[in-house]
Amino acid sequence: MVSVESPPVEKAATPAPRVRLLKTEVSRRTAWILRTASVAVPFAGWWLLSVSGLVSDRFLPAPPEVWAAFTEMAASGDLQGDLLASLGRIGAGLGLAILISVPLGFLMGTVGWAQPLCEPIIGILRYLPASAFIPLLIIWLGIGETSKIALLVIGVVFFNTLMTADVVRQVPRRLLDVSATLGAGRARVAARVVFPYSLPGILDALRVNAAVAWNLVVVAELIAATSGLGYRITRAQRFLQTDRIFAILIVIGLIGLTIDITLRILRARVGRWSV
Amino acid sequence: MSLRFENVSMEYQKDRPVLERIDLEVPAGEFVTVVGASGSGKSTLLSLVAGLVRATRGRITLDGQTIEGPGPDRGMAFQSPSLYPWRTVAQNVAFGLETRGFSRQARKERVEWLLEEVGLTEHAHKLPGSLSGGQQQRVSIARALARSPKVLLLDEPFGALDVQTKEDMQLFIRQVWQDLGTTVVMVTHDVEEAVFLGRRVLVLASDPGRVARDLRVELPGTGLEVKRTAEFLTLRAQVEDLVRREHRAHLAGARA
Repeated sequence: MVSVESPPVEKAATPAPRVRLLKTEVSRRTAWILRTASVAVPFAGWWLLSVSGLVSDRFLPAPPEVWAAFTEMAASGDLQGDLLASLGRIGAGLGLAILISVPLGFLMGTVGWAQPLCEPIIGILRYLPASAFIPLLIIWLGIGETSKIALLVIGVVFFNTLMTADVVRQVPRRLLDVSATLGAGRARVAARVVFPYSLPGILDALRVNAAVAWNLVVVAELIAATSGLGYRITRAQRFLQTDRIFAILIVIGLIGLTIDITLRILRARVGRWSV
Repeated sequence: MSLRFENVSMEYQKDRPVLERIDLEVPAGEFVTVVGASGSGKSTLLSLVAGLVRATRGRITLDGQTIEGPGPDRGMAFQSPSLYPWRTVAQNVAFGLETRGFSRQARKERVEWLLEEVGLTEHAHKLPGSLSGGQQQRVSIARALARSPKVLLLDEPFGALDVQTKEDMQLFIRQVWQDLGTTVVMVTHDVEEAVFLGRRVLVLASDPGRVARDLRVELPGTGLEVKRTAEFLTLRAQVEDLVRREHRAHLAGARA
């Protein structure tokens, strides 16, 4: 009889420790705690520092004073007026920039000649800081609305064009081939294949550039304006009203956050398929 | 009524022919599989029929009409299913029907019928991302069939699937072919698949691509069990030897 030696019984394995990768994850609960802390800790720090007496009230007003300044400005209606002025500018400037940059980027991403024709000049122009154009724009267009909208367009259009072109270029070749075999001509492929495929990426680019645009509105208003949140800051500076400056800065931040969240939600709806 | 290659040559770069002097006739309703080493221009052959590229010399005709571009008489599916990820399964299948004057009702009925044929009726309203690889490939084939093409072109359609799914899909495509009577030209690198599905197997030679052998296949059965018969194994070995020889020649040529 042949005896077969049975292999030694393996010891019940203790769960092998997972290799620690560079990217680690935390639980949902921890994530929420950290999110809250991310805002609450600096806020508490500000409050403590302002009441500690280490810094003069003139330089660092306490949160209640800032809140008081906020309600005062809101009650007078100044804040609402300025907010609308600033929002109107970003709406017009960003809207115009989108109208130029999305079609242009689309063209660069699809049609062979558009890329070599446009990329070099746009590549140079986008490295010129938009705010450096302010003096020139005031000379050219005066201190009215036009110069502010022009600044936004200059600040956004070049980046958004190149980012759109990059997104559009990533449509897989095979998808274009398939569409051609299904009888779609170039116009139909552009409208029904390339555009929907690129839309989530176009919105991603827009979200990045909307932040730039919002910054530029305030910068433009700081320098030359008679309304807007930036203008309100320069006025407050003249009277050393740091509490008002703080209140406006917080409003600016919250509006920026709102724009970001809105675009994020839009992106999530449009790009449900792309995850 | 057939697909004809008349002295077709194709080169993407000057004096680097990918296909040379292809003369071929595929009668209507035939299932042809094409195998060959890399560099034999298998995929180019299909792209030419699809009208995605134009032959440098010679011409290809379908029922006497010269092929000059894509057309509703030919449908194509690729190895990567290349579905429109934002469209539901039904909307993917309908894409080709939106380009011609189909009424909404006619389109709907056609899509329903196709989904029934490929067994995806219950998945009609899902997005492709939630389907398995085999299901995605079924959608891709249904989409290619939407405009009732005379010729269905398949470029390694099951190359990325696992073995079990692949066999299911082989039976599936055979059934589709039998139901619809469409001519099928299928490129594959899997010799077993080529011999199992093709009523005719073309072995292409490389550098430049040309038809090295044109084999007629007659097997004692149609089910998967036929893959174990002596006839099948002999034929398979024969084709494998041919492909291997071409592959070696290709490597030797590359070294020279």
